[in-house]
Amino acid sequence: MGRKLDPTVKVKRGPGRKARKQKGAETELSKFLVDDDGPKKLSSRSRKRAIKRAQVTKEPKQEEKSKKGFSDENSKWLKPTQRKRKIEQSEEDEDSDSQWEEEDDDEDEEGFVKKEMEEEDDDDEDMVDDYGADEGDEQDSDGEELLPIERAARKQKKQTSKKPGSDDDEDEDEEEEDDDDEEDEKDDLKEDEEEEEDTVQANFDETETFKLPAAADRAKEGLLQMDLQTIHQRIRDNVDVLSHFSEKREEGKERSEYLSLLRSDLCTYYSYNEFLISKLMDIFPVSELIDFLEANEIQRPVTIRTNTLKTRRRDLAQALINRGVNLDPLGKWSKVGLVIYDSSVPIGATPEYLSGQYMLQGASSFLPVMALSPQEGESVLDMSAAPGGKTTYMAQLMRNTGMIVANDANADRLKSVVGNIHRLGVTNAVICNYDGRQFPKVMGGFDRVLLDAPCSGTGVISKDPGVKTGKDEADVLRSAHLQKELILSAIDSVNADSPTGGYLVYCTCSIMVEENEWVVDYALKKRNVKLVPTGLDFGKEGFIRFKERRFHPSLKLSRRFYPHSQNMDGFFVAKLKKLSNTIPTAPRETDEVESTKTETAASSEQIQKPESKQQKPASTPEKSNMGKKQKLKPEKSETPIITKKAGVKSENKKSDGPKKAKIAKLDGETSKKSAKPNKKQKVKELNGDSTKEVVIEKKKGSQFEKNNKTKNKNLLKKNKNRMGKNKFKKLKNMVGQ
Amino acid sequence: MRPLTDEETKTMFEKLSKYIGENIKLLIDRPDGTYCFRLHNDRVYYMSEKILKLATNISRDKLVSVGTCFGKFTKTQKFRLHITALDFLAPYAKFKVWVKPGSEQSFLYGNHVMKSGLGRITENTAQYQGVVVYSMADVPLGFGVAAKTTQECRKVDPMSIVVFHQADIGEYIRSEDTLT
Repeated sequence: MGRKLDPTVKVKRGPGRKARKQKGAETELSKFLVDDDGPKKLSSRSRKRAIKRAQVTKEPKQEEKSKKGFSDENSKWLKPTQRKRKIEQSEEDEDSDSQWEEEDDDEDEEGFVKKEMEEEDDDDEDMVDDYGADEGDEQDSDGEELLPIERAARKQKKQTSKKPGSDDDEDEDEEEEDDDDEEDEKDDLKEDEEEEEDTVQANFDETETFKLPAAADRAKEGLLQMDLQTIHQRIRDNVDVLSHFSEKREEGKERSEYLSLLRSDLCTYYSYNEFLISKLMDIFPVSELIDFLEANEIQRPVTIRTNTLKTRRRDLAQALINRGVNLDPLGKWSKVGLVIYDSSVPIGATPEYLSGQYMLQGASSFLPVMALSPQEGESVLDMSAAPGGKTTYMAQLMRNTGMIVANDANADRLKSVVGNIHRLGVTNAVICNYDGRQFPKVMGGFDRVLLDAPCSGTGVISKDPGVKTGKDEADVLRSAHLQKELILSAIDSVNADSPTGGYLVYCTCSIMVEENEWVVDYALKKRNVKLVPTGLDFGKEGFIRFKERRFHPSLKLSRRFYPHSQNMDGFFVAKLKKLSNTIPTAPRETDEVESTKTETAASSEQIQKPESKQQKPASTPEKSNMGKKQKLKPEKSETPIITKKAGVKSENKKSDGPKKAKIAKLDGETSKKSAKPNKKQKVKELNGDSTKEVVIEKKKGSQFEKNNKTKNKNLLKKNKNRMGKNKFKKLKNMVGQ
Repeated sequence: MRPLTDEETKTMFEKLSKYIGENIKLLIDRPDGTYCFRLHNDRVYYMSEKILKLATNISRDKLVSVGTCFGKFTKTQKFRLHITALDFLAPYAKFKVWVKPGSEQSFLYGNHVMKSGLGRITENTAQYQGVVVYSMADVPLGFGVAAKTTQECRKVDPMSIVVFHQADIGEYIRSEDTLT
C-alpha cells in the first residue's frame, strides 16, 4: 500500500532542486564584476605597492597603539621616541636631501640618532628594508632616485587622503616620472591635507614647497603657463593658512613668505601690477582682499536717479516698467534712486531719459551730495563737475533756487555738463571752465562746496580695468598732490560766516589712503576746518592710522565705501565745516623760524648743541613724555620727514621736537626750523612738567577745536605767557643780528 | 556776456512768439524774480538776475553757459531756437500736436511727423504755425512747424507730412556737442 495522492489537498511546492531563478540583473552581474575585480592585471610594481599598502594599514595602527620596538635585532636597545618630530623634522627638512642621505646611511648602519627622530620613517625603512631586495632592480630600472622613504611617505599620504586606489597608481606613475610636477601637485595636496589633519607630512611641508617655488619652480612658472585653476587653488589655500596662521603655518616659515607668494599669485590671477596689489594688501585683511578683487571683476548694477524737478520716483518707475524695464528702489537710504536689473530698451535712450526725468548715475555718486545737502537759496560750488550728475542732483535738492557754479578744468567734458543741465531742466546753474585751484580768486564766499577730486580711480576698477596695471606710485602721489591743492582752494572758496552753510564735502572714487585720509588730514592742519558727520549711516569709517601714518581722530567721521561690501563703486566721503575765514598762514614759531632762518642758521646749530647736550641726560623722561604725546596727539611726525617739499612747514611738528632734534643734529638743515623753537621749549621742559610739552603740541590744536577742551584753553593761555617769541628774539640779539 | 541789442531782441521775440504768442512777457516777469536774456558767444541765455550778477565775475573765455540756453544767432543774424528751450516753450505753447506712440521714436530720430503718426492737433492751427510736439503721455518731445492746417490734416493721405521737425529731445544724444 502506498501513500495516496490526495488531489483535494494541494501541497505547495517550492523550487525544485534543480530549479534556478533569475535573481535580478544586479545580483547576476555582481558575480561578474567581482570576478573582474579579482584578476586585475597589476604590474609587479602595483602588486608590490598593494602589498605595501596592506602592510602599512596595519602598521600605523600598531604604532598608535603601542610603540613597539623595532622588528630588527636592535629592538632591545632601540627605543622609539615620542612624536616630537614635527618641529625637528621641519628644521631638518630644509636640508631634505642630506636628510635622506643620512637616513639611507642610517638604514645601513641602523643608525639610532635619526631613527629617534623619524619613527614613522623608521617603520617605513623597515618596510622598505623588506622590499629593498625586490625593488632594488626596479628602482634602477626606473632611472630615478626615488628614495624608498619618499615612496613610502607618498603611500601613506594616499592612505590618509581619500583618493581611489587607481588614481593613486596613475598619480604615482606620473609623479615618479617628473619630480617637478610632483612638487606643484604636492603643494596643493599638502595644503589640503594640512587643513584636514595635523598629520606629519613627512618631508613635504608646505613651507618647503613654498620655498622651492621661490627658487627654481617660480622661475619655471614664469616660463610655463601656470594653470589658472592651480593658481586660484593656491591662493585660496594660502589665504586659509594666513587666516589661521598659528594653527596652520609651517614652523620656520615666516608670514612674509606666504604673503609674497600670495602677492605674486594675485597679480597673475587678477592681472594687477605689484604696486597696486601691495597697496591693497595694506588696506584690506587678506580674506577681504579676495572679496574686493572678485568684486572688481564684475560690474556694479546700473542705477538711475529720479529728477524730482520733473517727475516723481513712483511715476517714473511705472513708466519704465511699462517700457519693459526691470527695476527696484535703490535702498532705504535714497528716495530718488532706482536700480535697473535688466531692460528690453536701452536705458540711456528712453523718451523718459531724453525728457530729463532721470539720470544715469552710480549709487556712490549720490552720497557726497546727500552729505552736502544744499539748501534752497544757497550758493553752491561744484569744483569738478563733469559729467554733471552731482551738479544736477544738487540743483534738484535746491529746487532750482539759489545758484550753482559748475566748474571743470576739462573743456570737452564740460559739454556733457551743459547737456545734462539743460536736459534735466536746471535753471540756476553757471558753467565755467577754470582750473579748480584758481577758484578763490575768481569767486568766493560760497555757502557750500563740493569737491569730487580727480583721483587714481582705484575704486572704479570694475568700470576701468586699465587701472589695474596702469597705476603706480608716481600716479598716486601726483593725484594726492593735486587733491591737496584743490582742497585748499575749495576751503578758501567757502564762506565760514555763511548763515546756513560753511560746509565742504570732499570725495574721491578711490580707496587709497594717500588720496583720502591723508588729504583731509592735510587740510585739517592747514586751514581752520573741522570734520563733521557726513550724515551717511552706512559704510566703513575712515582710517585713523595707516601703516606709519597717524591721522586726526576726527577722521573717523569720514566714510569709505567698497564694491564688495556696499555693492557700489569704491568711494570716500568727508564733510568739513569751515570755522573761520582766516587762513592760518603759519603758527608763530615757524613764522619766527622762517624769518630768521637764514640769519641764525649757523648760530642755531651752536645753540642746538649745548641744548641737546642738556637734553641727553634728560632724554629718558622726555621719551616717556614723547610716549604720552604720541598718544595724545595722533601725529604725522613721519610725513613731514617723508614729504620734504620745498618750504614744507614743519610748523605742526613741535611734538617731534626731541626726535627732530636728533635728526637735526644729523641733517643740520631741515628740522632746524622746528628744532629751534622746540629746543627753547625743551629747555623749559627740562625745568617744567610734561604737561607743558602737551601744551606745545596742543598749541597747534587751535585748528582742532574739536579736540581742544578746557585743558587746551588753559594751555593756550600758558603758551601766550611763555611765548618763545621773546626768548627767541633775545637769542637773536644775542647771536648778533 | 552782454545784453541783446534791440534788433536781436526783436528777432528773437518774433521767433518765440511763433510758438508761444504773447506769453513772452510771462517769461520775463516771473513770480520768483526777474529774468533776462543775455548774449554770450552768439548764444542767447535766459537767466534770473541773481545768477546774472554772479556770472559777471567769470571771465568771458572761461564762461561756458549760464542759466538756460535758448538758441543762437547765426552768422546772418537769424535766430535759431534750440531744443534746450523746450522747457519754457512747452507750458506756454499755443498750438500743440500729439504724436502716437508708434511714431514717437521716429520723431525722436529727427524725422518729420506724418499723418499716420498724428494723434491730436489743436484746433485752428494755421499753416506754418510753430507747434510743440507732445507724446500721448503729455511729455514734450520737441517742436516744429505745422505743414498743414488742422482742416487739411483731416483730409490728407496718411503718408504726407503734417509737422516739419525742427528740434526734438533726441538731440541730447545725437548732437550733444552742438549744444555748446
